[in-house]
Amino acid sequence: MIQLSGITRIFHMGDQAIHALDHIDLTIESGEYVSIMGPSGSGKSTLLNVIGLLDRPDSGHYLLDGRNVTDLSETEQAQVRREKIGFIFQSFHLIPRLTAAENIELPLILTGMPPADRKTRIMETMQAFNLSDRAHHRPAELSGGQRQRVAIARATILRPTALLADEPTGNLDHRIGSEVAALLEALNQTGTTLIVVTHDRELGSRAQRRIAMRDGRIDADER
Amino acid sequence: MKLRDLLHFSLRTITSYPARSFLIMLAMALGVAAVIMLTALGDGARQYVVNEFSSIGTNLIIVLPGRAETAGSFPGAVMGQTPRDLTLDDAHWVGRLAQVRRYAPLNVGVAELSATGKLREVSLMGTTAEIFPIRHMKLAQGRFLSHSGENSAQMVLGAKIAQEFFPDGNAVGQRVRLGDRRFLVTGIMAVQGESMGFNSDELVIIPIQHAQTLLNTTSLFRLLIETRHHNEIESAKEAIHQALIQRHDGEDDVTVIAHDAVLATFDRILRALTLGVAGIAVISLAVAGILVMNVMLVSVSQRTAEIGLLKAIGTPAEVIRYIFLAEAIWLSVTGALAGFILGQTGSWLLRLAYPLLPAWPPLWANFAGIAVAVLAGILAGLLPAIRAAKLDPVMALSKR
Repeated sequence: MIQLSGITRIFHMGDQAIHALDHIDLTIESGEYVSIMGPSGSGKSTLLNVIGLLDRPDSGHYLLDGRNVTDLSETEQAQVRREKIGFIFQSFHLIPRLTAAENIELPLILTGMPPADRKTRIMETMQAFNLSDRAHHRPAELSGGQRQRVAIARATILRPTALLADEPTGNLDHRIGSEVAALLEALNQTGTTLIVVTHDRELGSRAQRRIAMRDGRIDADER
Repeated sequence: MKLRDLLHFSLRTITSYPARSFLIMLAMALGVAAVIMLTALGDGARQYVVNEFSSIGTNLIIVLPGRAETAGSFPGAVMGQTPRDLTLDDAHWVGRLAQVRRYAPLNVGVAELSATGKLREVSLMGTTAEIFPIRHMKLAQGRFLSHSGENSAQMVLGAKIAQEFFPDGNAVGQRVRLGDRRFLVTGIMAVQGESMGFNSDELVIIPIQHAQTLLNTTSLFRLLIETRHHNEIESAKEAIHQALIQRHDGEDDVTVIAHDAVLATFDRILRALTLGVAGIAVISLAVAGILVMNVMLVSVSQRTAEIGLLKAIGTPAEVIRYIFLAEAIWLSVTGALAGFILGQTGSWLLRLAYPLLPAWPPLWANFAGIAVAVLAGILAGLLPAIRAAKLDPVMALSKR
């Protein structure tokens, strides 16, 4: 469960202070499917970054599964990210010199899992994401949809409680985009909280809960 | 993250940029090879000189006439007087000291040698039979002046001289003329080649009295003394010095040098020289280190998005530091090892090309070369690693 109260994030541009997040109060239950929409600069990506512990709010409290994670040290936050949060990016962010399997392996390596265990885990995951025949291909040799599937496999291999996707279909054509959306929704069906930030109304409307943001505030919250 | 995985991950990065990695390793390798080869050269030169000196014996004391110092300790110098001669009698006097095993007075000069209708100028050395054991010289044929025959006109020919004048090899027993005197050839020296810049193959040796008459002098050029024990060389030196002062009416007008001291001085000078060239070579390692730092900094900015991703999937800052540091260590360690092999091969080629020069790199130079290279690599990796770990993940991820 994600509980935000009074979260404020201010960016300074010259002598002008911009409230990217302006006293946000938001609670997202475990297993929810939430879309966050809004124009550019509305603060939706900043909200996602704060939820994913990539960005620190200037004020406010954030409880993740009942634990106050606002004041954790950087190393502790890294551990929370590793264990509880999976990120999906618009541009996939695969490491170009590593193969698909090696990209998926990265989170496992961080946990210090022995190589033999990693191997079986990767094989299972690649099978589940229909990537088995692409294991030894580099990202440049994969299609956009395959790349995003590799990225999703990497984000979910440690079974995080929340999956945070920032424009996950932004770089994909319509058909592949909806396949990727369906894949994320399937993961949500297994109990993972899914938060999708998007411009795309069609993708946004697929969520059970739709949040609209404007000028760092929550404009609408529909279920 | 386990160390093994860390090393593997960094190695993957290095092998992904082969040209870049190769160039850095080359710079490192050349630096290490330079340290090893230059010290091999310097130490080889030192060994060469030490060997040359040692071949003349290490229990050796050399007496030369006159004071080496020009300080006021010698009043004669102030008065414009020449120092007293070092005479043959002085040599015999010193020879009676208990610490002296052997001694050989020495006069050198140049004279014309003629025999069998041939004529050439030769270096001559006047001395006694003791010179052979003292200078480790050997005779190929015949003998040189027994003590009983010290005053007879005998001569030993250098190997090359003998070959020139008597190509048939029947030199022993022949009469030759040196200057205006006749000598009987009683022996031929074995081929020894050059030693201390003086070629005994092109030398003739005659008894000291004949040499002094021929050269019209009563003063010795040198007096070579071999002591009984290596460890009493200092006391022997002092005793000889005192004996000669006494004989010269209390005037200190000779210079007594322990051969070891000369050796030690050369040793010191050449060691310093070796250290000097090693120091210059180490500068090239520092340059290689800077190169590593430069490339690592470029790598950090090229891989900003990757660093952002590593942070997003929960990599702690310290692990990111280790990842970049491990890359720098890989580059410098492999470069250093390649340089070690290169330097050893180069030294081997040097030894092949110049068999006289024992161009073995000293052990410390091998270690120092590798250690400095690795240290430079680690130091060079530190700044980029810290910079990478400090990157803001949101900013890093937004860069493509």
